Amino acid sequence: MHYIKFLAVFFLIVGIKTNLSAQDLLKGKKIYETRCLVCHQADGGGVPNMNAPLDGASNVVGKDIARMVRIIKKGYNEKVALDGFYYSNAMTANPDLSDEDIANVLTYIRGSWSNKAGKVSLAQVKAAKSKSH
Amino acid sequence: MKNLKIVLGFAFIAVSFAVNAQDNAGLKLPNGFKATLFANGIGSARHIAITPNGVLFAKLMYPNKGGNSIIRMEDKNNDGIADEVSGWGKYGGTGIFIKGKNLYATSDNDVFMYQLNDKDEVENTASPKTIVKGLIARNQHASKSITLDGQGNIYVNIGAYSNACQEKDRMPGSKGMMPCPILDSAGGIWKFDGQKENQVYGDGKRYATGLRNVVGLDWNKQTNSLFVMQHGRDQLNSFYPTLYNDAQNAELPAETMYEMHEGDNAGWPYIYYDPYQKKKILSPEYGGDGKKEGGENAIDPTVFFPAHMAPNALLFYTGNQFPEKYKNGAFIAFHGSWNRAPLPQEGYFVAFVPFKNGKPSGAWEIFANGFSGLTGEDKVTNPRKAKARPCGLAQGPDGSLYVSDDSNGSIFKISYSK
Repeated sequence: MHYIKFLAVFFLIVGIKTNLSAQDLLKGKKIYETRCLVCHQADGGGVPNMNAPLDGASNVVGKDIARMVRIIKKGYNEKVALDGFYYSNAMTANPDLSDEDIANVLTYIRGSWSNKAGKVSLAQVKAAKSKSH
Repeated sequence: MKNLKIVLGFAFIAVSFAVNAQDNAGLKLPNGFKATLFANGIGSARHIAITPNGVLFAKLMYPNKGGNSIIRMEDKNNDGIADEVSGWGKYGGTGIFIKGKNLYATSDNDVFMYQLNDKDEVENTASPKTIVKGLIARNQHASKSITLDGQGNIYVNIGAYSNACQEKDRMPGSKGMMPCPILDSAGGIWKFDGQKENQVYGDGKRYATGLRNVVGLDWNKQTNSLFVMQHGRDQLNSFYPTLYNDAQNAELPAETMYEMHEGDNAGWPYIYYDPYQKKKILSPEYGGDGKKEGGENAIDPTVFFPAHMAPNALLFYTGNQFPEKYKNGAFIAFHGSWNRAPLPQEGYFVAFVPFKNGKPSGAWEIFANGFSGLTGEDKVTNPRKAKARPCGLAQGPDGSLYVSDDSNGSIFKISYSK
């Protein structure tokens, strides 16, 4: 009996967790479509020589979450060297996105197309922000 | 058995050749035209230029795997495929042009000049003359395209390092600067002496202004004037979602061709050209609402095309090989769009506009298509999936048209026979 209760609670937690992250992904996808897609394209492939790809990009699936948070928040206007190519276009800042929005869109970007990197939490975004100030 | 294999092998090779010749290197062309894959995999081939002997040169955006950024191609047996390919140069760039025995090539900051010998080879590849140096290149629109007139002057595009001259580039709500300070040293065409060495801004002259970015330009020998293709601005809907929706952004503004005389102004960043209203519309960064007109001092386009298709080369056809309708008309290589997303992309073809007495004499049409290799449902939804992206044009001494591609480094040779 205890065993069954334990299992039920376990599945509830797992269920909620999966459910939550699926919702986060959906929220992230929506932000991606309205803010990012026009330059980074539907398949995250970017535009050769202009807008950097997100799909398969080493620094998108990498560990420097703070850098990504900073770029989304403040934009970027330097020539980006990424995986052997250069990208020249300026990226728009998104000062109005909330920390939660940023966590969701980063989770979406890092887990979409061929990307298999982990979820970005609200705490990670907050920590990144305190570092960049 | 062994013999059979060999025979089958030869048969297979023969069939592949036949298929390759029949399928026009994958291009769709008007009746009577044929294409061959002149070269393939040479690197990120931007502009191309050809000598009166038919030796073709390409400028690469990056040095290729062999470490070269200027590629020389020669088709000695005249079968439409280059059989001698060599190269040199460590600097990436876009512009290349041949005038007599002078071969000009550009980096994003400089214009260099090499000497061709009587075999159209460059002997001294290591030390070209520096014709112009120190031009502005700030990431966006940094490539330098060139053409020469009949008087020995060289025209250099210096693109604006900005989308719409906002105080903060590509930031929502950031206002357009008035006057736009970028126009002092970029956002136009500069004229220099084609022979004088080490020229800087002060030695040249701002020939024409109000051009966001030009990659394709050509000196029209019939009108004796400069024609340019402008890359129109991006992201109207991203920054002004209450004025423009996704579908409107996909169609605004037009990509425009201008005939530019000395002192002319095409109006960037204050206006853009709306192909539906057929008017110069005040940019929203300068108080526009999608209807208010502007640009009283700006000239009108000679021809306009759908938005964002990225015209990367312009060539007025002076050859005798193609049918009469093509004589003195304009070919334009459209590199292909990205800013039409989420709608499908456009371009990735070579267009043609007929001209008579120096003026357009009919509607533009698609001349060569199929470069992207994507059709139907696979229509280009992402530029990186396109197999080839037309970027440069050159007219061979026999009147054939060459098209370069900076995606896979292909050169297509298009010819006509009755």
